[in-house]
Amino acid sequence: MPSIRELAKRESRFVSGHRLCAGCGAGIVMRLVLLAIDKPVIASCSTGCVEVASTIFPYSSWKVPWIHSAFENSASTISGIEAAYNVFKREGKIEKEIVFVGFGGDGGTHDIGFQALSGAAERGHNVLYICYNNQAYMNTGIQRSGATPKYAHTTTSPVGKVIPGKIQWQKNLVEIMVAHGIPYAATSIPGRWNDLVNKVEKAIKINGFKYIEVLSPCRLGWPHEPELTMEISRLAVETCLWPLYEVFEGKYKLTYKPKEKKPISEWFKLQGRFRHLLLPQNTQLLEEIQKEIDRRWENLLRKCEEI
Amino acid sequence: MEKKMTWKELPIGDILKGGTSLSFKTGNWRSKKPVHLPEKCINCFICWISCPDDAIIVDAEKGKWVSFNYDYCKGCGICAYECPKKAIEMKEEVEK
Repeated sequence: MPSIRELAKRESRFVSGHRLCAGCGAGIVMRLVLLAIDKPVIASCSTGCVEVASTIFPYSSWKVPWIHSAFENSASTISGIEAAYNVFKREGKIEKEIVFVGFGGDGGTHDIGFQALSGAAERGHNVLYICYNNQAYMNTGIQRSGATPKYAHTTTSPVGKVIPGKIQWQKNLVEIMVAHGIPYAATSIPGRWNDLVNKVEKAIKINGFKYIEVLSPCRLGWPHEPELTMEISRLAVETCLWPLYEVFEGKYKLTYKPKEKKPISEWFKLQGRFRHLLLPQNTQLLEEIQKEIDRRWENLLRKCEEI
Repeated sequence: MEKKMTWKELPIGDILKGGTSLSFKTGNWRSKKPVHLPEKCINCFICWISCPDDAIIVDAEKGKWVSFNYDYCKGCGICAYECPKKAIEMKEEVEK
């Protein structure tokens, strides 16, 4: 894996001047992913924060060929480009090695773009798909998505007398992608740059469909202090809510194990959307979540053969 | 701060040139400003890799921290928070 100084020698391919919020996690994710790839890249992006903030007409923050066509089809767009590339290669019209990367937010991946993603995975295109998961439709005004955690406040699952935030659990899309039988699936965070760079680097060497889901803290929608973006993503790992693991050829491996598992309230107290869970009348809800996180964590440890 | 294009300069067919957002300066979003303390800096580049706006300039060949790019820095404070040596301080942005 390249050191931070070696990465600094590479050209930045996601440049300044984009209009993501100050302290946006997705900006860090885009930079890190492109820095980790030392080959030419073609990228597609579904509608979402990154798309609207990085390609506001007539500006683009991307120094790689980049395409947006719709909300739901980042995965199928990049599949089509990869298929065209294969034809050109077969006909001897193109020589160079190109890495194909599809980007999507959690809305464009878990919900709206799911059938495109599933199809691309099933067809086995040689594509790396990166989901920057900020756990709601942040770009349109913080509406709940399939990736929003239980009891989180969003504008379409408002905390009040009727409901205590979103009443369903979030999807575990990494497991769904593993079930597709793809060669590589992993989770990551921006807060551990070496973890993300390592996984991207590993993924692009594998032939087939690769999926990496990166937790991307949203200072506007979660909301939290902008300087805490990296810390809050690390805390999600320390509380075992967002374990760092990879599944290579069906084999689970924990890539980071917290020394001491922190209670989930540590993660909640930094975010406005979970503030109600820390009130004394809601201890039952907090316990319910902690219990489920413990169960999922143990389940994962068993899969990784750690226990 | 923004340099607006005339209709003659606008790209045709929604095909944008790469990296053109560099001509859109986001530095005026800032309410707090990072200030570098060179005596504490160990040139680890953690701030550079943590910046969502690519607004920290480093000299990779010499392994030296160079400067903030205040044209784009939005003042989120991640660099100051992440710095292992507390070599970056956030100060109130004041009108000159």
